[in-house]
Amino acid sequence: MSAIAIRDVRKSYGKTEVIHGVNIDIADGEFIVIVGPSGCGKSTLLRMVAGLETITEGTIEIGGRVVNRLEPGERDIAMVFQNYALYPHMSVFDNMAYGLKIAGLSKDDIRARVDKAATMLQLQPFLDRKPRQLSGGQRQRVAMGRALVRDPAAFLLDEPLSNLDAKLRVQMRLEIKQLQQSVGTTALYVTHDQVEAMTLADRLVVMHDGVAEQIDTPMAVYARPATTFVAGFIGSPAMNMLPVEAAGNRGLMLANGRTVKPRDIRLPEKGRKAILGVRPEHMAPVSGPNADLELDVAAVETLGADTLAHGRLAGVENGSGELVVRLPGSTQVRPGDRLALAIELGMAHLFDAESGARLKELDLPAVPARADKRLAEAVNA
Amino acid sequence: MQTKRTIFGNRVLPYALLLPQLAITCVFFLWPAGQAFRQSFLREDAFGFKTRFVWFENYEKLFADPLYHNSLWVTVIFSLGVAFLSLATALILALAVDRTLRAARTYTTLLVWPYAVAPAVAGIMWWFLFNPTIGILPYVLEMLGYDWNHRSSSVDAMILVIVAASWKQISYNFLFFVAGLAAIPHSLVEAAAIDGAGPMKRFFTIIFPLLSPTTFFLLVVNVVYAMFDTFAVIHATTEGGPAQSTNILVYKVFEDGFIGLNLGSSAAQSVVLMAIVIVLTVIQFRWIERRVQY
Repeated sequence: MSAIAIRDVRKSYGKTEVIHGVNIDIADGEFIVIVGPSGCGKSTLLRMVAGLETITEGTIEIGGRVVNRLEPGERDIAMVFQNYALYPHMSVFDNMAYGLKIAGLSKDDIRARVDKAATMLQLQPFLDRKPRQLSGGQRQRVAMGRALVRDPAAFLLDEPLSNLDAKLRVQMRLEIKQLQQSVGTTALYVTHDQVEAMTLADRLVVMHDGVAEQIDTPMAVYARPATTFVAGFIGSPAMNMLPVEAAGNRGLMLANGRTVKPRDIRLPEKGRKAILGVRPEHMAPVSGPNADLELDVAAVETLGADTLAHGRLAGVENGSGELVVRLPGSTQVRPGDRLALAIELGMAHLFDAESGARLKELDLPAVPARADKRLAEAVNA
Repeated sequence: MQTKRTIFGNRVLPYALLLPQLAITCVFFLWPAGQAFRQSFLREDAFGFKTRFVWFENYEKLFADPLYHNSLWVTVIFSLGVAFLSLATALILALAVDRTLRAARTYTTLLVWPYAVAPAVAGIMWWFLFNPTIGILPYVLEMLGYDWNHRSSSVDAMILVIVAASWKQISYNFLFFVAGLAAIPHSLVEAAAIDGAGPMKRFFTIIFPLLSPTTFFLLVVNVVYAMFDTFAVIHATTEGGPAQSTNILVYKVFEDGFIGLNLGSSAAQSVVLMAIVIVLTVIQFRWIERRVQY
């Protein structure tokens, strides 16, 4: 039985539909991250699960119960807000105890539960303080504690780390993950940050314009993005997208008239227009004759471990054909250089030119195993 | 707090700019206040021929006067009545506007209008509405079985002046409550809803406590208003009657001084009022601004 089931959920404000039928099945104890750019409907979807927004169409089930018509308090969920939403006039203890008091628990019971959560979150010394006397990280913990004490069927987290500074964010990210694993409660987490999404998620939901474009493990989303949007959104720097036209046996014709023939992928029928996607980290400099692509370097960014070479596909004049390649940090490359590059085996992606959908029928069944290491690098960039 | 400082090139200019305000303050506030203070130690005959310095005799008589005690008591009831009625009504209206998505601005604008009505006009309007002979409200009340007559019933009279004085103050309080409610993050209310609190519980445990700085501020402002700014309302409706039952301190100053021509006592009463207003102002600035903050 799934902990949360979102079935064909739609949301309209007046006549404008902002969520166009989303289906997600979340298993018990799973950590699901909904990621997408701002305005993609990810927060709206979470708020519909919480009961803070009405559901225009479709059903949401929590623990096997349809909750469409239930009040937020009756849904057996706890939520962590972006601004923490701590009650400013109550102590940390009272903040955590508020929901329990309303639920009518005995004083001893409340004290025991709050103490347990406070110990887990190292909040014991601060129980008598007011929220304004706490640092950002501590407030964040109180917000987590308030969710924890209620022992709900699911945690809902709405960009909980975006008000923290970069260092604290990395630390709290880890703490949230560990906490969720230790209590084993289902979590639905919304963020626009792909690093948070990749590191936290058991499964990712990539949303764009009110549609869940791909629901899969972070690795699968990275290795086989379902659409050009997902391909561009997950991974940094973003995947290179080159318009191509199938040229039969010669392979794929690029905008500069040359052809490229990735060896690990089936080729579309001749004349079909497509988009060839290659991640910057999946190209390597080679000697001339083995090259798939040639890059005219326009700018170089040295990041220490890596060097990013930005530029344009050789021989392309009119604005298109932008290309980025990630090279080892020791590579000597200067603007004006022409780099001969080979696409790594199994690392070419083909998408439909119009819909942007992945041409799945062209994928070879083998999923490249070594992408793991690359993923870790991409995420830590 | 950061303040903007303007540097004037000319030394005289800043004083010249201050002069009109200072002149108004001196002529209409400080001078009469000084006059009242001086007069409160004097005793004058009814025709103004002889004036005698009597030390604190005016005050001694005043504090021994049962009519003055009555007026104090009436003022307390009246002020609290006005403060409670106007605050409660304003809060309910503000909560209603806060829940409204469409037309909230229109409601707000309409609800602020009464504040622009002169107190005497408001008093007359309520006097008409409650007039036992021609008013519509006594007519309605009579159908409900209540015989309204504020000319003979002191309870009716008190209700009349409280309603009349509260009416325009509701607008003022409403504006502050709307602003106060807007300042409460919506996510707090949502968090409480997720914690299982119903609308009433949310109001009393989250919204009302967070509004308390606004509420305390308004309480003081309203008490000050009811005590000092309601002369016209009383004058246009009950004139302190029946049987002194709505004769609040401010009205008594006028009645004793200008009708009864007991200038010494009237001046002493003014000085007492001044003392009260000073105390309330100090409370407002010191105690409230520091204590009720989150």
